[in-house]
Amino acid sequence: MSDLMKVSSNPHIRAKSSTGSIMAAVVIALLPAAGFGIYNFGLDALILILVTVLSTVLTEYIFEKILGKKVTIGDYSAVVTGLLLALNLPVSAPWWIGVIGGVFAILVVKMLFGGLGQNFMNPALGARCFLLIAFTSIMTTFDCDAYTGATPLLALKNGDAVNIFDMVIGKTAGTIGETSMVAIVIGACFLILVGVIDLRIPGSYIVSFVIFISLFSGRGFDYAYISAHLAGGGLMLGAFFMATDYVTRPITVKGQYVYGILLGILTGIFRIFGPSPEGVSYAIILGNLLVPLIEKATLPTAFGKGGARA
Amino acid sequence: MAKLTFSGGIHPYDGKDISKDKPMKEILPKGDLVYPLSQHIGAPAKAIVAKGDHVLTGQKIAEAGAFVSAPIYATVSGTVKAIEPRRVVTGDNVMSIIIENDGLYEEVEYPAVKPLDEMSKEEIVERIKEAGIVGMGGAGFPTFIKLSPKEPEKIEYVIANCAECEPYLTSDYRRMIEEPEKLVEGLKISLRLFDNARGILAVEDNKPDCIEILKNLTKDEPRISVKALKTKYPQGAERQLIYAATGRQINSSMLPADAGCIVNNVDTVVAIYHAVTKGKPLMNRIVTVTGDAIADPRNFIVRIGTNYHELIEEAGGFKKEPAKIVSGGPMMGFAIFNLDVPTTKTASALLCLTEDAVSVMEPSACINCGRCVEACPSRIVPRLLADYAENYNEEAFLSHDGMECCECGCCSYVCPAKRQLTQAIKSMRKMQLAKKNAKK
Repeated sequence: MSDLMKVSSNPHIRAKSSTGSIMAAVVIALLPAAGFGIYNFGLDALILILVTVLSTVLTEYIFEKILGKKVTIGDYSAVVTGLLLALNLPVSAPWWIGVIGGVFAILVVKMLFGGLGQNFMNPALGARCFLLIAFTSIMTTFDCDAYTGATPLLALKNGDAVNIFDMVIGKTAGTIGETSMVAIVIGACFLILVGVIDLRIPGSYIVSFVIFISLFSGRGFDYAYISAHLAGGGLMLGAFFMATDYVTRPITVKGQYVYGILLGILTGIFRIFGPSPEGVSYAIILGNLLVPLIEKATLPTAFGKGGARA
Repeated sequence: MAKLTFSGGIHPYDGKDISKDKPMKEILPKGDLVYPLSQHIGAPAKAIVAKGDHVLTGQKIAEAGAFVSAPIYATVSGTVKAIEPRRVVTGDNVMSIIIENDGLYEEVEYPAVKPLDEMSKEEIVERIKEAGIVGMGGAGFPTFIKLSPKEPEKIEYVIANCAECEPYLTSDYRRMIEEPEKLVEGLKISLRLFDNARGILAVEDNKPDCIEILKNLTKDEPRISVKALKTKYPQGAERQLIYAATGRQINSSMLPADAGCIVNNVDTVVAIYHAVTKGKPLMNRIVTVTGDAIADPRNFIVRIGTNYHELIEEAGGFKKEPAKIVSGGPMMGFAIFNLDVPTTKTASALLCLTEDAVSVMEPSACINCGRCVEACPSRIVPRLLADYAENYNEEAFLSHDGMECCECGCCSYVCPAKRQLTQAIKSMRKMQLAKKNAKK
């Protein structure tokens, strides 16, 4: 053996999971919600999803080609962004809303800050908030062939009765992917089982939200009211799929609880005291901005430096 | 009761089935033997033989070069061929004594030993020092220093590290299965030095047979207990082991003795037994030759100084082209350029893999997934520290406890972006340690 062997510093083995496999798992986990959206809202939903995903992936590809960087669409993170964004659009939105949102998400929120891992805001949510502000009426019109009238949360805010069972299944008006609590939870269970996410953030988010509205909605611990808040709007999609976005949540374990609680409180404030019935997107975006601070305040104590048994 | 363990850690493929049922087999070296003068922590040993000298098996060929150092003994009889720099597993060229084996294995007469009961504590420590015993789990710290803490009466636990948490390694396992009484005797000798200490045999629970055997052997030993630890890497890392076995925590600037503990690896404890009861210096160790490239994986009793080529030959050679050869385990071992290096006191395994996971995976951007934080047994934030290390941000590296890293490799192992986290942190640590030493 005259040839020298390859050497490298330890360790010499690596776990199988990769960025691509994690992102692919998220895509798979979003399929039940997307599938239900298509079933619920019809073919228009499918077209909007495809257009949005295509625009995020193409934006990343073209941007990297123009700048002569390594093309990274193979890690599926752009697919996740496109899919999440599409699931946050009303089915009545025209196709170009998907395109503008997709370009904004990838170009402005992600690539201009340095690409994957460098963005301080969830790209899909950043784009959704941009669209909400720029095209408010399009983004808040939920009339479509299947449903006319108010979303359950708007009805709730106006004091009207809502059908909890329909809300849990998802047979209500809303954005494409947010209506079905069942479909979202199925996807979330998959992600928890394969170890991509855990319950720290979704758990503390939902629990603190429930406590907040019990205290401040003026209705006390009203079971039906709370259930409606949990099943309605973007809470489930936000808690399981957007608040858990690796890049824009704290990396420290303690910080993740703090972040979840913060999101719960912010969502409660926006939903109860704000003018709009919905508040998840803004809560998460605001939470994203506080992540560096939370991380700094919740750094773990090194082993043997007086930390408690963990 | 919750299992005894620590927080963090990983569960890599353990590969122990490949070699765990292969009994220890003694192999005799054929070619020249090479003894690097530095195969322990501390000052290099000083050669006391010259080119052309005839030496016998068991003859001292190099003496301790300073207080923190260890003597080296010939493991064959023959002639000193040269004293020159030779390549060792770390890739360094180290001054070494080369002995041409005459194949006769003529042995020196070992000094007569007193019965253990009649030996004083000082005599026991002196024997261990003279035998050239160093930490054989990998660190190579001279054992007699470990056994001479400032306040011996404050030592409450003497722990035999039987965790063997590194994947693929089965040398300690075989020792526990085949010669458990030597391990127990060795531990009893160590306990003689510490009147207030209790002995712990800390074994990972993936070795229930060892736990059973050791429990049976020690059932009439009031001072010794066997503790089953959760199987998890790095359970055998000193700080994690102490924590799991006693609930005490130490950091990088403390010694186990500060927590009232002394920790020695299985092979080290057995070497203590040989040194104190038989008067024999440290001359051999068990090496697991394994990996999917090896035709007949084995656990060998190897004379220190034996060339790695011979180990591979004894294991039937390669059945497939190896892509990477590691001296030690896959998590903390050294990848070697070629097999032309000698077995040293700290070489626990020779691992030959047909696939090099490192060179086929390209590092990509961090996605902040937090797996490194969860896996880190030192409870620091590898992601941040690797950034600080790469940007040479000394201040932030130190203030975020970068020096607490134990270089176990868990963060690099779990990283989905395949970033070289351990490697970056390790380089920075080495630079900081060098700086600190330079100041002294």
